[in-house]
Amino acid sequence: MASLDDLKKRIASVKSTQKITKAMKMVAAAKLRRAQESAEKGRPYSEKMNNVILNLSNGISDKENAPKLLSGTGQEKTHLCVVMTSDRGLCGGFNSNIIKKAKSYFAKILDEGKELKIITVGSKGNDQLKRVYGDKIIENISFKESKNANYFDADKVGKMVIEKFEAGEFDVCTIFYNQFKNVITQIPQAQQIIPLNNEGEENNSEESYEFEPDEDEILSNLLPKNISTQIFKAMLENSASEQGSRMSAMDNATRNAGEMVDKLTIEYNRSRQAAITKELIEIISGAESL
Amino acid sequence: MSEEFKVEIVNPEKSFLVKDDVSEVVVPAFEGEMGILKDHISIISFLKPGIIKILSKSGDENYYVEDGIVEFKNNNLSILTSTIFNLADMDKSKQQDLLKQAEEEANKTDINDQSKYLADQKVEVLKTLN
Repeated sequence: MASLDDLKKRIASVKSTQKITKAMKMVAAAKLRRAQESAEKGRPYSEKMNNVILNLSNGISDKENAPKLLSGTGQEKTHLCVVMTSDRGLCGGFNSNIIKKAKSYFAKILDEGKELKIITVGSKGNDQLKRVYGDKIIENISFKESKNANYFDADKVGKMVIEKFEAGEFDVCTIFYNQFKNVITQIPQAQQIIPLNNEGEENNSEESYEFEPDEDEILSNLLPKNISTQIFKAMLENSASEQGSRMSAMDNATRNAGEMVDKLTIEYNRSRQAAITKELIEIISGAESL
Repeated sequence: MSEEFKVEIVNPEKSFLVKDDVSEVVVPAFEGEMGILKDHISIISFLKPGIIKILSKSGDENYYVEDGIVEFKNNNLSILTSTIFNLADMDKSKQQDLLKQAEEEANKTDINDQSKYLADQKVEVLKTLN
């Protein structure tokens, strides 16, 4: 059994850990509210964008010559995966969930004999992936210096993806991120952004639009923007998820630390009591023998 | 019969502006300025750098945009843009900053015709503001 002094030290250290996790939880909760707000505020833009594109692609006259960003290159040989993770740790299963999802997708692609290229956004994802897929990672982006997800950063990623697409470096692009459902649940998502996957979405508006200039030109202008928008949406969802995940992880950690302190305190009291009893027995038996 | 319709400007971060007492909006569409009144036909177009003028009962407003898409449908005008500034809030130094950026962009040689055209537009519009 550990000595009284050791126990005391351990209790003190667990208590200070508890303080840290509690503080982190508070910070995450405050940040979560902000992140959630901006995720909600960002939704109208991407929804409207989607609507317009849906209307456009329905109205497009010449399906054969549709922009490649919409219809694809006609083959599926090279896959580009953009894996979006956080830059900081201590957020529970947040990063591992994305990585797990991404890895199973990677395995599938490699099994089919297709080529794989990876762009990681956020340093944690890069750390986890570079051990196994190090040679596949072509780019690693991190936005450590920017505090909140902003459109400017997303646009940078988007432009890079489009540049690579136009250079013919890949055929299909998928982004991986965590969708924020609530504080406890974040759902890792794989979303294909090139070619745009609009199947399954019903266009209920019968209205026909006037286009100026023509559909093709608008589409070819709009699609690159849509890529950035989708990435931005993913970044917003991700940052809300990260804070949510961190908050619940830190909440758990605080509770566990509390339990540990209780257990250690009981042990401490028991051994103190045992020591006292032992001393008493010694004194009494000493007195009796006289 | 009122001659008013609703306009909504959205940027990626948030819903920038919602107004429902607008009588006319002039947008810098790609092929020239376009005035939109109530009961305009449904239209989708995109913007070049320029000034959006919103005329309404509660006063006129001017916004500087660098890009965007307009969609008009059922007397709802949606403008999606990534860069927008209210001219009333824009001071000289901000203008100069934007102008400098645009000029730098316009002077690049390795860009394609379209981005060159857009950058030139930006410079032009910003200069007229001064």
